[in-house]
Amino acid sequence: MSTLSIIFTALFYISLFVFIVGMGKKIYQFWITPAPLKIPTAPTQLTQTGVVFRMIREVTLFESLFRSNKWIWLFGFLFHFGLLLVLVRHLRYFIPGDLPEIFLLMQPFKYAAFAMVIGLAGLLARRIFVPRIRYISAPSDYLMLLMLIVIGVSGVVMTFTDNHTDVMAVKAFASGLVTFDWANLPTEIHFLVHLFLVFVLLAVFPISKLLHVPGVFFSPTRNQVDDARKKRHISPWALQQEKEHAVKLEQTLGKDE
Amino acid sequence: MAAKEFDIPKLPTYIEIPELNPGVMEGEGPFKSSEEFQNPLGFPGEKVDNWQEVAIAKMGELKSKYRSVQVFLDSCVKCGACTDKCHYFLGSSDPKNMPVARQDLFRSVYRRHFTFAGKYFPKLVGAKELDDDMLDDWYNYFHQCSQCRRCSVFCPYGIDTAEISMAAREVLDTVGLGQKYCNQILGKALTVGNNLGLPEPALKDTLLDLEEEVEEDFEAPVKYPLDVKGSEILLITPSADFFAEPHIDGLIGYGKVFYQDGVSWTLSSYASEGANFGMFIGSYDVMRKAALRIRKAALDLEVSRVMVGECGHAWRVAYSFWNTLSGVGAGADSSDEYAAKLQNQLDHRYPQPQHIIEYTYDLIQRDKLEFDKSENDDRTVTFHDSCNVARATNMGGIEGGQFILPREVIKAVCNNYVDMERSTIKESTFCCGGGGGLLTDDLMEIRVKGAMPRMQALKEVEKNNGVDTLAAICAICKSQFTKVLPKFDFDPYMIVSVHQLVSNAIVLDKPQTDATDAEEAQEAETE
Repeated sequence: MSTLSIIFTALFYISLFVFIVGMGKKIYQFWITPAPLKIPTAPTQLTQTGVVFRMIREVTLFESLFRSNKWIWLFGFLFHFGLLLVLVRHLRYFIPGDLPEIFLLMQPFKYAAFAMVIGLAGLLARRIFVPRIRYISAPSDYLMLLMLIVIGVSGVVMTFTDNHTDVMAVKAFASGLVTFDWANLPTEIHFLVHLFLVFVLLAVFPISKLLHVPGVFFSPTRNQVDDARKKRHISPWALQQEKEHAVKLEQTLGKDE
Repeated sequence: MAAKEFDIPKLPTYIEIPELNPGVMEGEGPFKSSEEFQNPLGFPGEKVDNWQEVAIAKMGELKSKYRSVQVFLDSCVKCGACTDKCHYFLGSSDPKNMPVARQDLFRSVYRRHFTFAGKYFPKLVGAKELDDDMLDDWYNYFHQCSQCRRCSVFCPYGIDTAEISMAAREVLDTVGLGQKYCNQILGKALTVGNNLGLPEPALKDTLLDLEEEVEEDFEAPVKYPLDVKGSEILLITPSADFFAEPHIDGLIGYGKVFYQDGVSWTLSSYASEGANFGMFIGSYDVMRKAALRIRKAALDLEVSRVMVGECGHAWRVAYSFWNTLSGVGAGADSSDEYAAKLQNQLDHRYPQPQHIIEYTYDLIQRDKLEFDKSENDDRTVTFHDSCNVARATNMGGIEGGQFILPREVIKAVCNNYVDMERSTIKESTFCCGGGGGLLTDDLMEIRVKGAMPRMQALKEVEKNNGVDTLAAICAICKSQFTKVLPKFDFDPYMIVSVHQLVSNAIVLDKPQTDATDAEEAQEAETE
């Protein structure tokens, strides 16, 4: 194996490790942090089923964003949906050997790369040209978009121009990562940039705003059932406090007995 | 105090997103609290020496106790969806009044102290130190948020600036920088029992006067009972209802509805306050202390129903938090002795707690009340959805009931009703501009500017539909509108309680003692 292949193989495992451990820690933190009060935001759902459907609409259709701003919704939706299709299509590289026939149907998904890049470009343009959004943007906000754009564009270049990469070599490398049967990777610069930035993206996921992905599922304003009157909702720390401080609180109430 | 001079915003035909004017709302914020008001709440009387250390520790504690704070701080992608949703931004054009920018005052410090990227690459991710300037910005701009949660409706992740603003205010209180208005009021509420500091004898006198007045005006012996043990209903209402205009006409209306239903009810001198400013300052403990007074009053007076008068955040605290804080509600586990003690006493054929609008609506549905709608024919009415009722509660147990029930009550007593523009009502309602602990004269500039979007929508229905009456079910909205309406060339008396409209139209007859009587009486009248 070439030195470059060894480095990229190592980077893959390192970034994947950082991603899994980092996300695991973060999700655990979200999970164990109690929500002491019922704070769902209108339009609230009165049943658990309602909440599940609300969440599904939120993460598949970006319902609240649609209500909020059609441009951000359009670009955001193009990017996320494009990315999803592209990711699904990328599975072909990681599955060793012959592919199930269903992958033939996924062939057109390659065009989703354009949706993704157009969406990202739209978001970047808004960040640069809309003063309100420029005001709230930090350097990392631009960098994140640029990184994703470079990933998208380098992918488009490989797929749709004459600068094709040897896809069989890519498949050997990628599936080798899964089966621990490591192989050399193609050395075209756009492929290496594409791959490197994907590794960076994986590694920064748990320490950046990309945490919105698990975050949305834990958002109390969206995932709580609006049933505070019907069911007593109390967090462990508040319950303990209620028990311990019952007497003390009574004393501090002034004219209470 | 000499109020700062400021321009009153013009009312455009459509709400336009203003150009950014950084720093236009910079300032020292509202009057600061002093030792006298801080200490009873358990907060230091002045800014502590090691305030940075204390503040950061408090931030760490809050984010470990509130999932909302932790998740919201981590999840914002700065998409900008909320940037044009805050009434204070639309009215003031100060970019720090954009919800995300307001949160970022807090988030940038969180990033600096609690995240890897912020610790090692602060410039890259916009992480900032909590220095004197930042603390001043916190105090100023977190008191330009009415915690109305409009931004949360529009955020793709439901990020709620109110949660961040509450957390920031709690940190400020913890380092000794409290707001005078809220903390002074809380002192009265937690010792005397109401925000006005009205003791039992004064309250009793006020209610007796009211009874005399109502009897004179309406020729019916409507009662406003206080501390009557064994009553069926305990009414918890904002203390503004006892003396402020137009609030008191709402209280008169509640009394008439109770009278007509023939139900026994009482107010409590110990828990004579529906408002709970503990929510505004973000303190679970203080909010709980205030809520415990209602629990105790309900237990002491042995009532079977707890009802809440017209007050926005009071209804949020009652509907969403009382069950948690003090067990006023239903559905406690059998092992939960604390909550069960009260819940076994309550009559669960009714929702606990119940809103006065739910109660009146229910009576109307069951044909228990008779109205002469022509009494309100001189009015064309629109309804202002108060933010806490609209976005944080429900009524009637049906989806969107908090929008439907008040409108149905109004339509049952008025012939002329018009809604304001859809994007300014219901879950998208614009705050009156005075909520969240901002209803103080030292914040008049932001109150007037923040009222602009609501005033704009009102102006449209005034022009197009001849609306001359604005009905609301929130004590803060009513007080705020009384002050700001004239600034935008409206009649200050156009703001009324929903139960004032009910009061105008309700036909009073002899008190009835039970349902059969009521039905018979009504049948006799219709014949």
